[in-house]
Amino acid sequence: MLDADDLAVFPVDSWIQDGVAWVALNLRPLFLAIKWPVEYVLNLNIYLLHEIPFLAFVAVAVLLAWRLASLGVAAFTAIALVAIAALGVWSEAMTTLSLITTAIVICAAVGIPIGIGCARSDRMWGVVRPVLDIMQTTPTFVYLVPVVMLFGVGTVPGEVAVVTAAAPPLIRFTNLGIRMVETEMVEAGLAFGATKRQLLWEVQLPLAVPTILGGLNQTVLTAMVMSVVVAMIGAEGLGLVVLQGLGRLDVGRAAVGGIAIVLLAMVLDRITQKLAQPGGPGGRPLLRSLRGLFRADRPVENQAVAGKTVGGPAIANPDQ
Amino acid sequence: MTERLRVENLYKVFSKSPEPALRMLAQGAKKAEVLVKTGIVVGLNDVSLSVPTGAIYMVMGLSGSGKSTLARCINRLNEPSAGRILLDGQDIVTAGEAELRDIRRTRISMVFQHFALLPNRTVAENTEFGLKLQGVSPRVRRQRAEEVLSIVGLARWGNHYPHELSGGMRQRVGLARALATDADVLIMDEAFSALDPLIRTEMQDELLRLQRSLKKTILFITHDFQEALKLGTRIAIMADGELVREGTPQSIVLEPGSDYVAAFTREVDRSRLFDARSAMNPVQPVPLAAGLSLAETGDGGGLVLDDAGLVVGALDADTLRALRTGGTSLGNLLRKDFVTVHECDSLLDVARAHRAGRPMAVVDGAGRLTGTLAADRILAGIASTPPQAAGGPHA
Repeated sequence: MLDADDLAVFPVDSWIQDGVAWVALNLRPLFLAIKWPVEYVLNLNIYLLHEIPFLAFVAVAVLLAWRLASLGVAAFTAIALVAIAALGVWSEAMTTLSLITTAIVICAAVGIPIGIGCARSDRMWGVVRPVLDIMQTTPTFVYLVPVVMLFGVGTVPGEVAVVTAAAPPLIRFTNLGIRMVETEMVEAGLAFGATKRQLLWEVQLPLAVPTILGGLNQTVLTAMVMSVVVAMIGAEGLGLVVLQGLGRLDVGRAAVGGIAIVLLAMVLDRITQKLAQPGGPGGRPLLRSLRGLFRADRPVENQAVAGKTVGGPAIANPDQ
Repeated sequence: MTERLRVENLYKVFSKSPEPALRMLAQGAKKAEVLVKTGIVVGLNDVSLSVPTGAIYMVMGLSGSGKSTLARCINRLNEPSAGRILLDGQDIVTAGEAELRDIRRTRISMVFQHFALLPNRTVAENTEFGLKLQGVSPRVRRQRAEEVLSIVGLARWGNHYPHELSGGMRQRVGLARALATDADVLIMDEAFSALDPLIRTEMQDELLRLQRSLKKTILFITHDFQEALKLGTRIAIMADGELVREGTPQSIVLEPGSDYVAAFTREVDRSRLFDARSAMNPVQPVPLAAGLSLAETGDGGGLVLDDAGLVVGALDADTLRALRTGGTSLGNLLRKDFVTVHECDSLLDVARAHRAGRPMAVVDGAGRLTGTLAADRILAGIASTPPQAAGGPHA
């Protein structure tokens, strides 16, 4: 009778062990090159977020939430941030936030160009797509082993894992957003003599912005989840609080970490989700919102005058 | 009339390897046959036409007839499979990438069925889109945008977004955007088809009004025969990728040439399409007295003209007979109750002006008599029989 264990004759584990060891040994400069920008951006973010005074941070966050999202989200942001501070994990929360903001920066810098490339070349998409499938179906746990072997342990290798996990949605959504731009819009660009570059910058990217921001929202949430998981390979932050709680069977400590994570995640989700929602037909969420940060909505000139012609100028005197 | 655009033996088949289909078409195969045998869709099958400068050239056909494919081949949104497209003698089909871009930027512009306005840009920004692509400085292009926006009647709407505008206004923006680049040739691909009937009529009138001063060469794609008649200086009718009839609106209505075309012309309101000239009896004035001549109206009477050809009065049959027998002199026998219509007036207006028992004079722009009309001629012109065949005794 054939037993399943009889078939286990291939030492796949040692093959992979040897393979990864070889890669770690011989491609070290490559991994250092990958690690360096991640480390740089992460350290900058950690420094900034820890240096900024608590009240100043809350003020900036509330203002952002108000202008980018709504007054309700702003109120929720204020309450959530004060609650996190009250739980006594403010510093850890800022570390986690650093992991996430770093992931956003790096994912945007790498993921959006890859997404654009995929949208413009079916061949590239054919290569990238299965890679993304693998990355997104692999359990987040499984990332950690190769990351430890290739990058070591600590916060920076943790960030590498966060970035790796968080980039796929942004690449997908960028690709999708550009491909979904209406054919007539693209043709309008072509018909007026746009070059490929102009087509991308003047037509496709602006119209894809809502979808790309939807991808950003997904990236933020994935980064949030991953920033907790990477506590297992020594990354600091709220995940470490939970992990320590678990290790010491300190339920209270673990719960504090968990609650802070949920609050932070909700704040991030609400703000980035609102970004992705188009403000009515043809709204330009990001640009309008960012512009709104600096000035009140420009009053539409001549609105009063235009309003006088009842029914609009569609029936107004065409000879004017 | 000079020629702006000339299409010569244009073929378009939708396939990466078009040769077998093109060979079949060259041997006289039809669209359906090619589809059955090769599975390849034929867009255009040997289309040739000539668009005069300043014309509104209507390409009319049902969906799938290839009319949009033709328009999109002109600026190569669709790549033609074979044939030539000459813009002022220059072949567009063989133009290189940079040359094509230049043609699209400055010589051919396009108005889209669903407007294709960028929702993230204001009306003014949309209008100056083509100029921005050309690299025109912000100040110059904004000024030009404001200019064309006021031409299309949207002077105050520059800072609004497209979604704040009605359909008709959006298409005005589409038109303004096409006009802003100052291209000579305008492709309007079903430009008014997405609009409500009332707004569509208004936009048609607007286009005719604009065209009087702009004098662009317009290639207008439509599935609406009434629209083609109303706007067109010439009409090309397409079916199954082929050109089945081409000519002026009047000539197509008079001689459809095939049952396919006749199906469209049957419902046409001829009283609006045909003018007085098409139905009138041309006059041959004969000398009557010193400085006066007579144009007979066919009922025995006639119209009296002065030296300049202006109508001075009418004579009824009895008076004319008496005059000829020498019984009386002209004196004050001239009737002044004749009706005058312009030769460009539609038969509908002519019919409205007609009064029983009063002679009708058809005059040209300078007021000179060119013909006469009687009730039977007007009715024959409005009815489906060609006026020439309905002439009767004085044809």
